[in-house]
Amino acid sequence: MMNRFILPLGVFVLLAAVLYVGVKNSPDREHLRSVLIGKPAPQFTLPDLLKPGATLSNTQFKGKPYLLNVWGTWCVTCRVEHPMLMQLSQKQDVPIIGLNWKDEDDSLAHEWLKEFGNPYTAIAQDKPGREAINWGVTAAPETFLVDANGVVQYRLAGAMTPEIWEREFLPRIQGKQPVSR
Amino acid sequence: MRAFFLSLLLALSATTALAIDITQFDDPAKQEQYLRLTHELRCMQCLNTSIADSQVDLAADLRKEVRDLVNEGKTDDEIRKYMVDRYGEFILFRPLTNARNMWLWLAPVIFLVIGAIVAVRILRQRAKLVDQDDEPIEGDTGR
Repeated sequence: MMNRFILPLGVFVLLAAVLYVGVKNSPDREHLRSVLIGKPAPQFTLPDLLKPGATLSNTQFKGKPYLLNVWGTWCVTCRVEHPMLMQLSQKQDVPIIGLNWKDEDDSLAHEWLKEFGNPYTAIAQDKPGREAINWGVTAAPETFLVDANGVVQYRLAGAMTPEIWEREFLPRIQGKQPVSR
Repeated sequence: MRAFFLSLLLALSATTALAIDITQFDDPAKQEQYLRLTHELRCMQCLNTSIADSQVDLAADLRKEVRDLVNEGKTDDEIRKYMVDRYGEFILFRPLTNARNMWLWLAPVIFLVIGAIVAVRILRQRAKLVDQDDEPIEGDTGR
């Protein structure tokens, strides 16, 4: 009599295990791992927002770790994130390079920086949005950590917070393994 | 009443028209390739919508990227790889057929086989029951 239940029970346990693992490891949008991690950062030469007429290339930052922060004046979360970037720039652990993503009008970005301050060492302009695609950007803000060898170490989708900075960015910048979640 | 339905129909078709992408190619083969690819690439911002059907800015940028790659004469696989290199396999609605994804492709077949085995066993048992069921039930005088 017990035999009748062994097979369905086995199937149930197996299915439950598969679903449990699947749900546990299911990447929600915020935590999708960037495929760029461990790979050389895409190289760009783009118009320099702060020096009209000049271009900015990220190859010039090689040799030291840097952050690439993707932002736009149309992006609400970027505004929420901005004070945190200001704090980071004052600490000067690492230069922050801005990628001004799809801001049609330069004056909007200039006004933004004037009003909220400029945390960026330099800002590259990506009006057509092509460079953002090379970095696999899904939505602003996103922050990439590129190490001294020009290799992408981490990608944060969403606003930077003190907790995320300390948990994910600082250990990687200091060459330590981050505490896993 | 008729006018109401007509205007409703018009209003509905207007919203679908917005989603239609007007990108045109001289070469019909390229047009077909473009349509095929934009329908199988995921809009990473909206989820469960292809870049062909999404009105999000990023989807428009990705369509432009596909258009340019198609114009450069890239093959389907080259364009898929270009996107996967940037956004990961998640951007493909149809998972790649590689060793890691094999279980994904084989699972439906495996489940079908299990289902077939179970169905056959049940049917055989039932058939046996009917064979044995020739004794009249006590008190049943028949119809």
